[in-house]
Amino acid sequence: MANDKLIDLVNIRKAYNNNVVLDDLNLYIKRNEFLTLLGPSGCGKTTTLRIIGGFENPDSGSVIFEGNNITKLPPNERQLNTVFQKYALFTHMTIAENIAFGLKIKKKSKSYIQDKIKYALKLVNLDCYENRTVDSLSGGQQQRIAIARAIVNEPKVLLLDEPLGALDLKLRQDMQYELIRLKNELGITFIYVTHDQEEALTMSDTIVVMNQGYIQQIGTPEDIYNEPKNAFVADFIGESNIIPSTMVEDKVVNILGTKFPCVDTGFGKNQPVDVVIRPEDIELVRPEDGIIKGQVTSLIFKGVHYEMGVMANGHEWLVHSTTLSPVGNEVGLKVDPYNIQIMNKPASEDEEAVIVNE
Amino acid sequence: MNKKTFLSFPYLLWMVAFIVIPLFVIVYYGFTAMDGNFTIDNVKSILDPINLKSLWLSLELAFISTLICLILAYPLAMILKGMNMNNNSFIVLIFILPMWMNFLLRTLAWQTLLDRSGIINTALTALHLPTIDVINTPAAIVIGMVYNFLPFMVLPIYNVLIKIDNNTINAARDLGANNIQTFIKIIFPLSFPGVVSGITMVFVPAMTTFVISDLLGGSKILLIGNVIEQEFTVSNNWNVGSGLSLVLMIFILFSMALIAKYDKASEGTNLW
Repeated sequence: MANDKLIDLVNIRKAYNNNVVLDDLNLYIKRNEFLTLLGPSGCGKTTTLRIIGGFENPDSGSVIFEGNNITKLPPNERQLNTVFQKYALFTHMTIAENIAFGLKIKKKSKSYIQDKIKYALKLVNLDCYENRTVDSLSGGQQQRIAIARAIVNEPKVLLLDEPLGALDLKLRQDMQYELIRLKNELGITFIYVTHDQEEALTMSDTIVVMNQGYIQQIGTPEDIYNEPKNAFVADFIGESNIIPSTMVEDKVVNILGTKFPCVDTGFGKNQPVDVVIRPEDIELVRPEDGIIKGQVTSLIFKGVHYEMGVMANGHEWLVHSTTLSPVGNEVGLKVDPYNIQIMNKPASEDEEAVIVNE
Repeated sequence: MNKKTFLSFPYLLWMVAFIVIPLFVIVYYGFTAMDGNFTIDNVKSILDPINLKSLWLSLELAFISTLICLILAYPLAMILKGMNMNNNSFIVLIFILPMWMNFLLRTLAWQTLLDRSGIINTALTALHLPTIDVINTPAAIVIGMVYNFLPFMVLPIYNVLIKIDNNTINAARDLGANNIQTFIKIIFPLSFPGVVSGITMVFVPAMTTFVISDLLGGSKILLIGNVIEQEFTVSNNWNVGSGLSLVLMIFILFSMALIAKYDKASEGTNLW
């Protein structure tokens, strides 16, 4: 549905001094979606956000907003607001003046602005902070003011550039829930940039995994986690065993010389593929009950589970299990067919480069 | 007394000997008559019409020079920021380089340039253009002041401008401000400490100078600095000279108070 697309990025290309950051990027963002651009640093996610925000001009391609081409529109004429990485609050103004900035520019009435400030501060749980200075707030509070400053303008889209990057773990988790709540209360579209896969999985409706200027996969958090399209996505989203294998025939894959039953079809016969198995999907059983046998080589306690390395068929398998098996033990490994994710070998050179870099 | 404070002792001695004691000597001379009796006539001599006129002219020229410096320096500092040089010290070097040349020589050069039969007028005559008659006028003094003190305005402003995060400017744009609104509401207020610092660093030396007015103003134009200098060197009246110095010091202290209020990071002091 065309009118479902709020923002449409068409054939975006951006290079800095011959260094191509984005190459022919196509992406659309739906109304009221929480979309996350996820990838390692230098993957082009922030550049994409800055192009949407209007702080960078693409070398070619266009940005369509509600059917209008806004590629050349300066940021102050776009109906979206940004929350910057290091908050970028105006240090020479009070909290209230910071929040009122956008509204004063739009020449709203004094009473309207007062109401909006109160409303926004309540929304971010910082009532009565109007007259505080920026310096007197903690990082998390500054972050929430930055969000308040953006949302009082009632943007159609809120752009967030790694807004939680500078916060400590506990605060980050709290803010994640806060952002989800805000998103639901405000009913606006969020475009979120992060390199933190957990953050992306927690908050997003849609995740766009990017690497080296290319989109690797677009999907729901479940899709991205359970059905990674290639080795890069599998490796970037959580821990995994990525093993080069051969698809013997439909529903049978040869992993390191042992045939495993799986559920995938249509790859052809004797086709080289990559197999992804999540460490928590491998079951530790008695040696005679496993599909393959191995020996425990390492053991680390992680709190929720044990992380074990198991050497089997010449490959060290990463296994997460709540039952302990001491180092040196003979164990059997078992994987349910639907937990084996088959991926085509990387087709393009760019995907290849990713794997070489690992 | 720990080791570090002990090491500062020679400096302390230096300060007492060459700053504190002379200051007291000036205060002593300022408040005594030739015969050593207490008087405030020396200070009151500022009310003498000639001295008052000099003080007023000094204020006027210092004000004009500071204003011109500000008008020239701010856009220059903005351009320098826009150039996004990684190597800040290079910029600083360019501005400090002329200062390595003797201050007197640089001012003398202006004398040669502006002279009635100087380089500028010779060139104008060769081009069949009307000559200018600037030397020995207040305008020549202003030119000399602006030339000599401009770096003291550029550097503090540049120093605060480069510290403004680009995302702060982007945030203002993002919230709907156009370029002019962004400048008025964000960039200028954030750079204000640098502006105050620059104004003080230009205004104070411009107010007290007697060399520039001596060389470029001939002996016709007396600034308050010249008056004080002449009291000491020509009239040999240290008492009146000291009295007038004390009056001048009030203006300088006022400027210092301003700088202390706004310029907590001492943006420009690296030049002194």
